[in-house]
Amino acid sequence: MHSATDTVIDRQPGPDSKKRRFLIAATGAVGAVGVVATAVPFLMSFWPSERAKAAGAPIEVDISKLEPGQKINVEWRGKVVWVLNRTPAMLATLPKMDARLADPKSEVDHQPPYAKNEQRSIKPEIFVAVGICTHLGCSPTFRPEVAPADLGDDWLGGFFCPCHQSKFDLAGRVFKGVPAPTNLVVPPYRYVTDRRLIVGEDTGKTKA
Amino acid sequence: MQKMLTWIDARFPLSRLWNEQWGKYIAPKNFNFWYYFGSLAMFVLVMQILTGIFLTMNYKPDAAKAFESVEYIMRDVPGGWLIRYMHSTGASAFFIVVYLHMFRSLMYGSYRKPRELLWIIGCVLYLALMAEAFFGYLLPWGQMSYWGAQVIVNLFSAIPVIGDDLSVWIRGDYTISDVTLNRFFAFHVIAVPIALLALVAVHLMALHETGSSNPDGIEIKKYKDPVSGLPLDGIPSHPYYTVKDMLGVVVFLIIFSIVLFFIPDMGGYFLESNNFIPADPLKTPTHIAPVWYFTPFYAILRAVPSLMNSQFWGVLVMGLAVLILFLLPWLDRGAVKSIRYRGGLFKAWLAAFVVSFLILGYLGVVPVTVWGQFSESIPLVGGADKATVLARILTVVYFLFFFLMPWYTARDKTKPVPERVT
Repeated sequence: MHSATDTVIDRQPGPDSKKRRFLIAATGAVGAVGVVATAVPFLMSFWPSERAKAAGAPIEVDISKLEPGQKINVEWRGKVVWVLNRTPAMLATLPKMDARLADPKSEVDHQPPYAKNEQRSIKPEIFVAVGICTHLGCSPTFRPEVAPADLGDDWLGGFFCPCHQSKFDLAGRVFKGVPAPTNLVVPPYRYVTDRRLIVGEDTGKTKA
Repeated sequence: MQKMLTWIDARFPLSRLWNEQWGKYIAPKNFNFWYYFGSLAMFVLVMQILTGIFLTMNYKPDAAKAFESVEYIMRDVPGGWLIRYMHSTGASAFFIVVYLHMFRSLMYGSYRKPRELLWIIGCVLYLALMAEAFFGYLLPWGQMSYWGAQVIVNLFSAIPVIGDDLSVWIRGDYTISDVTLNRFFAFHVIAVPIALLALVAVHLMALHETGSSNPDGIEIKKYKDPVSGLPLDGIPSHPYYTVKDMLGVVVFLIIFSIVLFFIPDMGGYFLESNNFIPADPLKTPTHIAPVWYFTPFYAILRAVPSLMNSQFWGVLVMGLAVLILFLLPWLDRGAVKSIRYRGGLFKAWLAAFVVSFLILGYLGVVPVTVWGQFSESIPLVGGADKATVLARILTVVYFLFFFLMPWYTARDKTKPVPERVT
C-alpha cells in the first residue's frame, strides 16, 4: 500500500535531478556489467570438465595396415566404432540395395553431412560407424560373405544383428521390415593423413 | 500469550501478515469442489519437500551408487519404502492436483482481468514444476530415468546452430553421465525447490491482492457492507475455508493412501516398469515414454513430422503448446468469465480441448504403432500410423482452442450474469 505521502516524496524534484538520474543510470549499468561478468564462471562450470573431455576425447586410428575387406573395432566414448575397408566388390553392391532399404538416401540425421552419400563415408572404401544397433543397442556382426545359408540367397554382405535379426547393408543402411528403425550412426571423423583417421571430430571441433 | 504477540507485532508484522494473507482475507462465499486444489497443491508441495529431505539423507547422487542407494532406501532403511513411495506417488499427485487447479481456472475464467498476472505466475509455477519433475526423474538412475533424460536433452540438440553445443552444456558430458546426474540432483533438491517456494509466495500475494475469483465469475468487491466496508458476499478464510480445506486434505489423503499402499507404481504409470532396471547406456529400451504428466506434450512432439530433415519443428510446437497458456488472459474476449453463463461455443471448445489433452496423454504413453497403419490404398494417410494421424488431428484441436478463442468467445451467446453470487 502506497500512502499519499510516499508518492509526493517520490515525485519531488530534488536539486541536481539531472545529475542524479545520470548517476543512477551509470551505477545501474556498471552493476549490470558486474552481474553478467560474475555469471560467466558459473555458466562456464556447466561445460564438460577436463576429465569428461579427456574421457570423451577424439581418438586416432591408424588404418595403414587395414587390408581391403578387413574390419577393425576401436572404442570411442564407451562405444564400439567400426572401421571397415571395403573392397570394390563390396562397394558395387551398394547401388543394388535401394529397393530393400528403409532409408537408402540417409535422410535420417544419423551421419555428418559429408557422409550423407551412397557409401556413407568420406572416402568410398573406408566405412566408419558406431557398431551399435539402432534398435536395442546390441552389436551387429559383420557378415561380408555373399548368400550364406542362414541369411538367404539375396544377401550381398552387410551387418546382421543376432539379437533381433536386424539387417544392414555394407554402408550401415537398415533393411525394410526389421526391428531397427534407422541406419547405423556414423560418428564425426576426418583424415589427418591418408592413413590416419581421427574419430570424434571433424573440422577440428569436438562434436557431441 | 497476547502479551507475547504484542511484543512480536511491535518488532515483526506477524498479526498483520496472518490477517492479510489468510486470517481476515475475505474470499467469496460460494467456493465449490473445484476450489480445493490450490490448497491441496500447497499441501503436496510441503509433503514433497519433507519426504525429499529425508530421501537425500540416504540417496547418493553418483552414477555408480544412485540406483543401489534407492534400493537401499526401499529395502534396508526403516520406513524408507514409505518415504520413497510418498515422494514418487506425491509427484504424480502434484500434477493431478495442479491440472485440476488449472482446469478450474479455464472453467471459471479465473485468469481474466484483473487476475492476469496471477495466472502468469501460475504458468511459471507450472514450468518450474515440470523442471522439478524432470530433474527428479533422472535420480533413481533406472533405464527410463536414463533414456528419458537422454531423449529430452537431445531435444535441445534439435535447435539449429547452437543445438549440439547446448545439449553438451546441459549434460556437462557427451552423453548422460555421472556429471549430469550430479547437477540434476543440485537442481532438484536446491535450485528449483527454492524457486517453487518463492513463486508460491508470490502467487499467493497476487491472489490476496486481487481477491479470489468464484464460480459465478463476478467480483464480490462490487457490493460492500456500508458499515464494515467488507464485501457482502465474502467470508473470512479463517475459520471457514481453513475447515473446508482441511476436509479436502483428509479426502485427498484417503485416496492418496490407497494408491500409496496398494498400487504405488499405478501399473507402470507412476513408476515405469523399466525404471526397476539400472541405467545401461548401451541398451536402449524398446519403448521410451515419459511419465504420464508429460505425455500430452510428448505426443505433440511426436505428431509433428520432421521438416527439412530437422526435428526442431516438433520441439518448437511442443514448446508453444506450453507457452501459449501464458497468453490466455488476452485471447479470451468473452463477455462473461464463468462457464455457468457462457454459451455452447465455449463449452464445446473447452470440451474438445480437454478430450484432446487426455487422448494426447494416452497417445504419448503408447508406441506410435499401437493401432497399426492405415492401408496403403487410402489416399493421404495411406501407410501412416493410425495413432500418429490421430495425434496430429488432436494437436490441431489443442492449438485451435487457443487460436480461435478471440473469435468464439466474442461470438458466443452468453447468459446474463447475476449481480450477486448465487
